[in-house]
Amino acid sequence: MLMFALRRILVSIPVLIGITLILFIMLNVVPGDPIALMMKEHGSPEVIERVRAQMHLDDPLITRYLRFLWDALHGDLGTSIKLNRPVTDLILKAFPNTLMLAVCAALVSWLIGIPIGILSAVRRDTFLDRFCMGFSLLGVSMPIFWSALLLQYVFAMKLKLLPVSGFYGWRYMVLPALVLGWSSAGVISRLTRSSLLEVMRLDYIRTARAKGLGEAGVITRHALKNALIPVVTIMAIQVAGLLSGAVITEAIFSIPGVGRITVNAISSRDMPLLQGAVLFATVLVILGNLVADILYSVLDPRIRAQMKKEA
Amino acid sequence: MTDMSDIAAPEALEEASFLRDTLRTFSRNRMAMIGLIFVVTLVLAAAFAPWISPHDPYRVALDEQLLPASTTYWLGTDNFGRDVLTRILYGARISLVVGIVPSLISLAIGTVLGILSGYLGGRTDFVVMRLADMMIAFPSLLLAMVVMYTLGANLLNIFFALALVGWASVARVVRAQTLALREKEFIEAARANGTSRSRIMFGHIFPNVIPTLIVLFSLSIPEAIMWESSLSFLGVGVQPPEASWGLLVAKGKEYMFQAPAVAIAPGVAILLTVMAFNFIGDGLRDALDPSMKD
Amino acid sequence: MADYDPILSVRNLRTEFSGGRGDVRVLDDVSFDVGRGKIIGLVGESGSGKSMTALSLMGLVPKPQGRVNAGSILLDGTEISKLDAAGMRRIRGRDIAMVFQEPMTSLNPVRRVWEQVGEPLAIHKGLGRSAIRKRVLEMFEMVGIPEPQTRLDAYPHQLSGGLRQRAMIAMGLICEPKLLIADEPTTALDVTTQAQILRLMRDLRDRVGTSIILITHDLGIIAEMCDEVNVMYAGQMVEQANVFDLFENPSHPYTRGLLASIPRATEARVARRMPSIPGMVPNLAKLPPGCRFAPRCRDAMPTCQRPPDLETVGTGHVARCWLHAGQTALQSEATR
Repeated sequence: MLMFALRRILVSIPVLIGITLILFIMLNVVPGDPIALMMKEHGSPEVIERVRAQMHLDDPLITRYLRFLWDALHGDLGTSIKLNRPVTDLILKAFPNTLMLAVCAALVSWLIGIPIGILSAVRRDTFLDRFCMGFSLLGVSMPIFWSALLLQYVFAMKLKLLPVSGFYGWRYMVLPALVLGWSSAGVISRLTRSSLLEVMRLDYIRTARAKGLGEAGVITRHALKNALIPVVTIMAIQVAGLLSGAVITEAIFSIPGVGRITVNAISSRDMPLLQGAVLFATVLVILGNLVADILYSVLDPRIRAQMKKEA
Repeated sequence: MTDMSDIAAPEALEEASFLRDTLRTFSRNRMAMIGLIFVVTLVLAAAFAPWISPHDPYRVALDEQLLPASTTYWLGTDNFGRDVLTRILYGARISLVVGIVPSLISLAIGTVLGILSGYLGGRTDFVVMRLADMMIAFPSLLLAMVVMYTLGANLLNIFFALALVGWASVARVVRAQTLALREKEFIEAARANGTSRSRIMFGHIFPNVIPTLIVLFSLSIPEAIMWESSLSFLGVGVQPPEASWGLLVAKGKEYMFQAPAVAIAPGVAILLTVMAFNFIGDGLRDALDPSMKD
Repeated sequence: MADYDPILSVRNLRTEFSGGRGDVRVLDDVSFDVGRGKIIGLVGESGSGKSMTALSLMGLVPKPQGRVNAGSILLDGTEISKLDAAGMRRIRGRDIAMVFQEPMTSLNPVRRVWEQVGEPLAIHKGLGRSAIRKRVLEMFEMVGIPEPQTRLDAYPHQLSGGLRQRAMIAMGLICEPKLLIADEPTTALDVTTQAQILRLMRDLRDRVGTSIILITHDLGIIAEMCDEVNVMYAGQMVEQANVFDLFENPSHPYTRGLLASIPRATEARVARRMPSIPGMVPNLAKLPPGCRFAPRCRDAMPTCQRPPDLETVGTGHVARCWLHAGQTALQSEATR
């Protein structure tokens, strides 16, 4: 198991290096001088020139990339131009908020998505099934920013049950988590349904029926565990979707997380901050995929055995 | 050569009946037909917007700000006194174009790379698939935002950003199909006949991928519409005074309390359009390629 | 015959499937008995209805398209074909158990073997875990699984095909059912394992006295294992006899075809799918009007345009063929 995890980590390293390279090139060929932008009218041409030299901005791109990579490995992502603070500090301070939002949203999406998916599969081709799947499609088709506004309008502005935005306690988390979780609940429920339907066609389900198990027993004791394996691994891959969604959710609900940092970095053209935030998010996605693979092997004894053979 | 025509005739017949079967299955799918009717209506309405709407989408009338819905302004007016419905109608032009163009680009790139990767294998396959891995590891919205940051916010760059986000998953699907097709007898036969590699890839394998591509296309349009609206909502997409639906929601949200329709209505347009395309996509999938179901 | 008391008695079973183009009768008027402690063979090509017969007995015909529409199934004197879902569940696994063709896929890959084998005990007898484990161990010993103690906690993929099929048999017998249905239990296994599994089933019948319905397309297996044989074709019984009569005096042309196609030892590897009968099993939705075998039959004659009945050929030996009704019918026509 350890060997497997190690190997998976090794495989993701080239992907990570490739991503940092793409990211670095994209952000460093940006037209306009970030230093001039930072200093605005205060800097004379000589001062700007000195700062450029200090930040090594005149070195060749590849040298700068290697330096960036080396620093990033040491936890140094540079200094925010706008806020004049280390990017790493800013991100680490914001991350717990994003993490909390993502975890709550994931919980919401599973609590809505999995039961709906099961219900749909069990009552396949009935009105209930179509209703549930329509409901799921609604979740997938609603833009996050729009459902956020809608919930804000109804629960905060009209009913005054919950705060509109900000982040000062759990009550501030309810609407954002609902909005973000709802957006991926549709994916989870569709996947749960198709996965369960697929499993229900398998031979060992017939065996379970032949033993005298009722439909509920067949599903809970035999079908569900197998059917949920792909769903569980999707949950880890969900990280990418949740992070994209968090950018919008945090922006709307004014949650000081990594997503809002990204949006702010773009509007203030704060390149180091943007670079750090996107890199951080990408690492999270790769970690999520890694967790998915490992989880998959833990849950499925067949894969576990196969891994042992390979290791 | 006479026997060739004998073989060709049933094949052509089969193709025609395949098309007929597909159309029949599709037209029997009620939701897909509703989706299709909605999309066709929307396209026509967007194309003929100037003739349909009596209002000018850009005319500022400060004495008519945030009016409620009326017989003149069916959905009321926005903070500049512009007719909300007209703005949505014009916004549909941008949202539809942004849905279709980048999807076509990413489909083209993904198809070519996917077939090359799957058929040639080896180093090509390795490089293409690692590139795809990287693209998929980026959170899509962040990647698109970085592109917009670098290249600047305009329509052309939105196309580029969304194509960059979309091609990788197309390439993966096409590659998988190519791998399966490569082992089929008719490809083996073509190879044995000495057909060139490029001819096999784009003359023999490509036509067999088309049904999948149609499905992928119809499902990537709503996705692109969603991403564009998100980008525009965040201010890094379409810029005013042009108006895509995402931007309309963003501008309208300041006035949620006085005139909720200004923000809500364009969102409904996004929701309905995305759902319609999804219904069409599901219908096409069922009709063209049952193996792709769920 | 008066004190003849079969464990299972099936009469006029009719199972139908509704599809896009109307209903299809997959079992038409199927009747047969299973004597106590006997091994009864159901033989036929794939699509003949033998597996569907088993599923109909188990109440496992795929719903909602399929249903048993007529007939009676007496299990040990009790009518079970009219039972509701809950009643049928109590029978399944306790009174009738089933062993399936594919030991590879018939066990749940993510649960340990002993839990699965012992599950019928939990369902029907409400035993606790330790009691079940103990009983499974006994069953493993009985079905000849080597090192049973260590196999208990194995996952299915850790067992060979033969061991899995032994585990399936252990699962089937764990509640001491009145009837065990084995649907092609050895088809997926290699030849040596096949022989071992068959020997095991015969031994178990001798020791425990289980009555067995053995479904197979392989007349070699029938000859080796069965007491009585039922030959099925296109959803009907076409010949029923005890095993000696059947092999000595096969009366339906279809049975003769099957017998002719038994592979000899040397051909065993090439000829397993009975190639010697030309043609294919007819589509059940488009059956010929008369005898269903007529289009493939070497002895077909004009009379075969009308559906034949089961005619008595000898004691306890019937065949659905005009050849055997022929003499009497033709004679009566001639005298007229």
